[in-house]
Amino acid sequence: MSEEQIKNLEAQFEERIARDEKIEPKDWMPEKYRQTHIRQMSQHAHSEIVGMLPEGNWITRAPSLRRKVALLAKVQDEAGHGLYLYSATETLGVSRDELYEQLHSGKAKYSSIFNYPTVTWADMGAIGWLVDGAAIINQVPLCSTSFGPYARAMVRVCKEESFHQRQGYEIMIKLANGTPEQKAMAQDALNRWWWPSLMMLGPTDAESIHTEQSMKWKLKRKSNDELRQQFIDQTVPQADLIGLTIPDPDLKWNEERQSYDFGDINWDEFWQVVKGHGPCNKERMKARVGAWERGEWVRDAAMAYAEKQQERREKQAV
Amino acid sequence: MATKNWPLWEVFVRSKNGLEHRHFGSLHAADAEMALENARDVYTRRNEGVSIWVVESKHITASNPEHNGELFEPAQDKVYRHPTFYDLPDEVKHM
Repeated sequence: MSEEQIKNLEAQFEERIARDEKIEPKDWMPEKYRQTHIRQMSQHAHSEIVGMLPEGNWITRAPSLRRKVALLAKVQDEAGHGLYLYSATETLGVSRDELYEQLHSGKAKYSSIFNYPTVTWADMGAIGWLVDGAAIINQVPLCSTSFGPYARAMVRVCKEESFHQRQGYEIMIKLANGTPEQKAMAQDALNRWWWPSLMMLGPTDAESIHTEQSMKWKLKRKSNDELRQQFIDQTVPQADLIGLTIPDPDLKWNEERQSYDFGDINWDEFWQVVKGHGPCNKERMKARVGAWERGEWVRDAAMAYAEKQQERREKQAV
Repeated sequence: MATKNWPLWEVFVRSKNGLEHRHFGSLHAADAEMALENARDVYTRRNEGVSIWVVESKHITASNPEHNGELFEPAQDKVYRHPTFYDLPDEVKHM
């Protein structure tokens, strides 16, 4: 194809998206669109998969059956969400194996929030309430993103996700209304998860390199700073309601903006964690890669069995 | 060294009797039986279905969007295939 023809196709492509038409896997698309989607969708899938690890840590120690079934179901959903997203990514012509390889080699990133440790039961509450809360704010706009398979996967993810946040908040309510020790445990979890949750919504607009293109392709509807403000405004009253304190001395209602002003985020910490120096980066990757490697003989055995059955059927047919 | 990767399967789910099976997504599995079991876990955790079909993705033949013109445009100028193309006297209320 000549450069002229490609320019033409690109212009038509952008117009289709501007008209709110969906792009499907076999449609022509600019290489950059394909690569950006492979990157973002696979990061999203990896985050779901790695996101199971901090919570899996507490399944056997959940304090009641109610909590245990909820946590099990939540972690199972995260596996499911990872699988929806991996298979949607594969429609762009990349194999599942390549995607895993990118995660395991460290080439692909996942949400840096999962590199923090889960040291008490209250962390299960804080993660559901704050981390899933922030994730929902990030994800809802993706239900109408331009790439069909991604949008369809996100509709399903968002439908399932709201129970995740509620079960987390319920844990926090219970602890906040419990003994002084339980309340202190809830406050401690909020103290540790608040700032990483704000960071989860991404670098500030000034630092965010992909925003403009992502807006055009509807991978983004609002900027990181807008989403962060939305998250803070919706979460502060929920903390107030259960008598917990947001760990930010500069947090103040701004009557004029009808929003909360908030303190400076420690972006050095964010970049350190992104670059692999968070408290649990190594541990998470070790757990993930270890599970993959220890499962290899099972995958091979299943394949060998399937092939043997197939051969047997073919022989009988002759 | 892995001998072979599990193939890709497409999953179709009937959400309730009376409705058709609809494409839900895809997954990897060693064989059809495992594909069904995985589909049940991945796509029907909340009563989304009463019946599942799986088919190995390589068995699906899909049309190419580049041929959409010759495939689908001929139908556009065949208005006579629609009831509104035909004139009826006003006296005929329903037909």
